[in-house]
Amino acid sequence: MTWLFSQAVVSGLLLGGVYGLVASGLSLIFGVLRIINFAHGAVMMLGMYTSYWLFVLLGLDPYLSILVTGPLFFGIGVLIQRIVIEPNRAAAEHNQLLLTLGLALFFENLALVLWQGDFRTVRVAYSGASFMVSDVLVEVPRLIAAGGAVLIALALWAFLRMTDAGKAIRALSEEAEGAMLVGIDVSRIRGVAFGIGSACVAVAGALVTPFFYVAPDVGESFNIMAFVVVVLGGMGNFLGALLGGFIVGLAESLGAAFLPGSLKQLVVFGLFVIVLLLRPEGLFGARRGR
Amino acid sequence: MAARLAIVLGLALLAAVPPLLPKYALEVLISILFFGYLGACWNVLGGYGGQFSFGHAAFFGIGAYTSTLLFLHLGLTPWLGMLVGGALAAGFGLFAGYLSFRYGLRGPYFSLVTLAFAEMLRVVAVNWKAVGSSLGLVVPSRGSAPLQFLFAGKLPYYYVILGMVLGALLICRAIERSRMGYALAAIRENEDAAEAAGVNALATKLSAMAVSSFLTALGGTFYAQYFAYIDPSLTFGPAISIGGLLPAIVGGAGTVAGPLLGSFVLTPISEITRAVLRGRAGADVMLYGLILILVISFLPNGLMGWLRSRRAGAV
Repeated sequence: MTWLFSQAVVSGLLLGGVYGLVASGLSLIFGVLRIINFAHGAVMMLGMYTSYWLFVLLGLDPYLSILVTGPLFFGIGVLIQRIVIEPNRAAAEHNQLLLTLGLALFFENLALVLWQGDFRTVRVAYSGASFMVSDVLVEVPRLIAAGGAVLIALALWAFLRMTDAGKAIRALSEEAEGAMLVGIDVSRIRGVAFGIGSACVAVAGALVTPFFYVAPDVGESFNIMAFVVVVLGGMGNFLGALLGGFIVGLAESLGAAFLPGSLKQLVVFGLFVIVLLLRPEGLFGARRGR
Repeated sequence: MAARLAIVLGLALLAAVPPLLPKYALEVLISILFFGYLGACWNVLGGYGGQFSFGHAAFFGIGAYTSTLLFLHLGLTPWLGMLVGGALAAGFGLFAGYLSFRYGLRGPYFSLVTLAFAEMLRVVAVNWKAVGSSLGLVVPSRGSAPLQFLFAGKLPYYYVILGMVLGALLICRAIERSRMGYALAAIRENEDAAEAAGVNALATKLSAMAVSSFLTALGGTFYAQYFAYIDPSLTFGPAISIGGLLPAIVGGAGTVAGPLLGSFVLTPISEITRAVLRGRAGADVMLYGLILILVISFLPNGLMGWLRSRRAGAV
């Protein structure tokens, strides 16, 4: 029983790091644009396919592929924001939500048209590598994915703290009108935020390809998990998203260890609803007006 | 006067033409009315009240499962079972609504919590053996048994869903013109101001939730009887929630005719692209996603808003 518990804790923490990076991107987009991005999981899926094809066609290692997926999806994110979202800024909030839903349908089914629904896997030499810490099994690719995700998220956090662009992003998510008044080019910054958010999730996708299947609908479950994480960490709260990722990873993995079937999801959603009701500003956020 | 004439003429066409239609056209028409119905139900809370539910599949699934289980185990006719399902769904809607509204969830937070409730019910249904788990439930069809909500051909189902749509639209019209309708509109525009003006926001939103969830559950029973098969992802999945809110928003949220109009535009697009692009899995939904983006971009206030602004421009 204690073995099962410690194994579940380790698996949960490793999964949680990846959730954290996915959710950091979503949280950044929400903070700046105030929209719930339903296309976030679809962008992750496209990132996974990108590293899959780079590996199959060019033999590029999935970890090296983040050097391609990161900049590529930053550009794609900026374009999506510029072409699809920005022209509809003035429309009702729910219209923008539906736009991201349309984007998700479009990307997911584009992948289905191009690459069919088959599950694809990237088999690299280290795919099966693992080691034991006392009696707990640690899979190396999962460890690298979690570690890489946390490092990238922390680097982004530093970027947001220390650079002018980062400060502009934070200013915009704190107070849009004020940011505009002090001369920040808000529409450009919204594009940059959407780009960074998309790059985050695409890189997270690349990091999981050595141990996760690739399929057109693979992003959906990550998308819903990212909603949960973002609410847990506080919408727009970057570090909160990272911590929230670990909590959700743990909840899911402990639920899987001790509950039958797919009831583990019930634990995650239950946590979600409770946090939404009791602390909609997130576990770590200061209590603001709703 | 012209509008009234158009409505009468439209109704006459909807009543008289279907027996003459080929089977495929009739199926598409049933599909149009079905999503129009879901849109009208969603519209009560989402359109008039501006409470953007992303989880109406919860009520739909409760309706489908309740009437089907009562039919399978107790032999209760789905005509009555659907009322039980509606009552249960309204109860669940009041529970979920009370929790969310009581804790002040608005905008995207309300959307997310409703999505979570629907997903939780889906997970429960998938893991619950007694309700068929992920295999779902088959409604035994024994030919024609009108008293058991079972018909031999498609045509009777068409008239059932036509009646349901008309009922839902009449209810929407009555709400729109009632005190509740004005209160909902006030809440949608500015909830704090509405409360300051003496509107009981909690009670108003809960009433709309009860009506909306009850009606949505009846749609679930229709689905179960028409397709004779239900499973957790078909009934509790996000596709049903989206299938209701899309026609309402594309047609015009918070208008009586909007959801039906929206479905008359969206459903044929999805049916035709599916038929034309049959060989390419996913191509139809891809195109549908693109069309959705274009419609939202160019008709931000829905078809009804567009028609109204055209009429205002012409005068």
